[in-house]
Amino acid sequence: MKAFTKLDGLAVPLMRNNVDTDAIIPKQFLKSIKRSGFGVNLFDEWRYLDPGYPGQDASTRKPDPDFVLNKDRYQGAQVLIAGDNFGCGSSREHAVWALDDYGIRCVIAPSYADIFFNNSFKSGLLPIAVDAQTVNKLAEQCENNPGYKLTIDLAEQTIITPDGETINFDVDQFRKECLLEGLDEIGLTLQKRNSIEDYEAKRKHSAPWLFS
Amino acid sequence: MAGKTLYDKVWDAHVVHSEGQDTVLLYIDRHLVHEVTSPQAFEGLQIAGRQPWRIDSMLAVADHNVPTTSRADGIDDPIARLQVETLDKNCDHYEITEFKMSDLRQGIVHVIGPEQGATLPGMTVVCGDSHTSTHGAFGALAFGIGTSEVEHVMATQTLLQQKSKSLLVSVDGEVGAGVTAKDIVLAIIGEIGTAGGTGYTIEFGGTAIQALSMEGRMTVCNMSIEAGARAGMVAVDDTTIDYIKGRPFAPKDDQWDAAVKAWRELKSDDDAVFDKVVRLDASTIEPQVSWGTSPEMVTSVGGHVPDPAKVEDEAKSQGMQRALEYMDLEPLTPISDIKLDRIFIGSCTNSRIEDLRAAAEVIKDRQVADSVKQALIVPGSGLVKQQAEKEGLDEIFTKAGFEWREPGCSMCLAMNADKLGEGERCASTSNRNFEGRQGKGGRTHLVSPAMAAAAAIAGHFVDVRNF
Repeated sequence: MKAFTKLDGLAVPLMRNNVDTDAIIPKQFLKSIKRSGFGVNLFDEWRYLDPGYPGQDASTRKPDPDFVLNKDRYQGAQVLIAGDNFGCGSSREHAVWALDDYGIRCVIAPSYADIFFNNSFKSGLLPIAVDAQTVNKLAEQCENNPGYKLTIDLAEQTIITPDGETINFDVDQFRKECLLEGLDEIGLTLQKRNSIEDYEAKRKHSAPWLFS
Repeated sequence: MAGKTLYDKVWDAHVVHSEGQDTVLLYIDRHLVHEVTSPQAFEGLQIAGRQPWRIDSMLAVADHNVPTTSRADGIDDPIARLQVETLDKNCDHYEITEFKMSDLRQGIVHVIGPEQGATLPGMTVVCGDSHTSTHGAFGALAFGIGTSEVEHVMATQTLLQQKSKSLLVSVDGEVGAGVTAKDIVLAIIGEIGTAGGTGYTIEFGGTAIQALSMEGRMTVCNMSIEAGARAGMVAVDDTTIDYIKGRPFAPKDDQWDAAVKAWRELKSDDDAVFDKVVRLDASTIEPQVSWGTSPEMVTSVGGHVPDPAKVEDEAKSQGMQRALEYMDLEPLTPISDIKLDRIFIGSCTNSRIEDLRAAAEVIKDRQVADSVKQALIVPGSGLVKQQAEKEGLDEIFTKAGFEWREPGCSMCLAMNADKLGEGERCASTSNRNFEGRQGKGGRTHLVSPAMAAAAAIAGHFVDVRNF
């Protein structure tokens, strides 16, 4: 997995609540059997005026000039500032892959849907939860200051604004370690092979119907 | 010390190893697999040179992309076809049990698991699909996972998990005639909101839940995720055990007796303490209709579209405003004035035999309104379809003007050819009314099968209790 350590990235505000994974990456793009290439269809129905379908020539699309990601000043954004309950809905990890493929490495929101939050850590995207007041303040600063960049330091668990304000955030220590090191979780788990086998042996005895 | 909740019991029985702080390695008993969220996981496994840990824990089926029209010629869309063929190829390669598209047992993954007895009480059940919560109806701990976790389960039979908090949603009393499990769960979501269950595992309890059939309990647990909870559970009772008995994957003979004895323990202790408790009075629940673009935007059929101007919370008011613009609805419009273009009866929420019977009861000897362009009924599995045909339900549907289709996810998420056109409005028995969910620009109203059936006949929403 891709590591996340420190990022100094252009921020973009998308201040809607309940942004669902259908909006992040619509279903027609889930037919792909690959992990990459989803960025061009990130927020497809909001980003483009014409209908999107897999395999389309992106240069023929009609971007909606009013959608925030299409504005010149936000090109190259790496930090998405978002509303409550971001990533609700389906379990599609494609939503995380689409954000990542587009170039977003970090989301800052007051809250996330559980599955999206969990998926993010598996693909090197850092979801930071801070209180709504702080998120609103960052979004407002971002809107008022073209070129607004945030520095995200995972090791220190800080967000630093252009004025030098430091905002602390919480992160689960195990997840933090995996993300900092870009660890292969499956490899780590397989080091516990003996524990898994011991568990299975006991369980086969106590609940044999689960193994037949 | 306080007693254990049902969730505590199933969780504790599956902890392989504690990873410190809150994270544990949790053992997974049943891994359901479908074509959309598995190809990258299989590929990851192959790249790393790993083998699936326990093939016999896996059951695979293609459901999201499959056509619901005749399957004689396979799948038209080459990209969808490749995805389904990739699942077939992976399952053949690893010798994973798969119900292929031509198999009578094929259907929506959350319908076939319980139907086959592959979902059992006390199990941990996962699938790369958020509606895996459905299986919690059996007193199982069942939740959706992303593709990285699908690969993790394939390779290790475990997941790194953090325990959720516990939420008891108790629905007490009796629901009135014409009020179904779908109305109960929509009313719950209307009450607690789409993020009300975030961070929690819900246990649904109370006399109104106990009175539900397994199909009804599955409908309720299915939509736990629409309340923000990854998992929803119902305690095991005779209804659960009677449903499982004799199903193909269910335990037999001596093992059956031992299993039933263990399953009887799968309920929260009387002195168990929940982190949060929500109580609803079943007798006050009316048939529900969603009006917006989030499942929490729901009201009773006798109600009106709400007025965002009357909501003080600015963010909420703006969200409602945006939803009404998308839905093309004016504040204070009576729900019964909303006219429909299409009707969809199906999905992992409402495509089981009871759902079809409920729809048939309303539809019998009536006709779909001329103003309705299409009325679709998509059974949850080949076996549901067969049963419905045995009971003559298909004739009731087709005589009324409904299309009777092959099983699959269909218009719930519109990955196949079944979708809404721009601006079309649908009464749907599915679970999500998000923008574009059933097709770009499509407008979804979530309802029960009986309510969808009545709307098909009337051409607009009507209270099925007076229909």
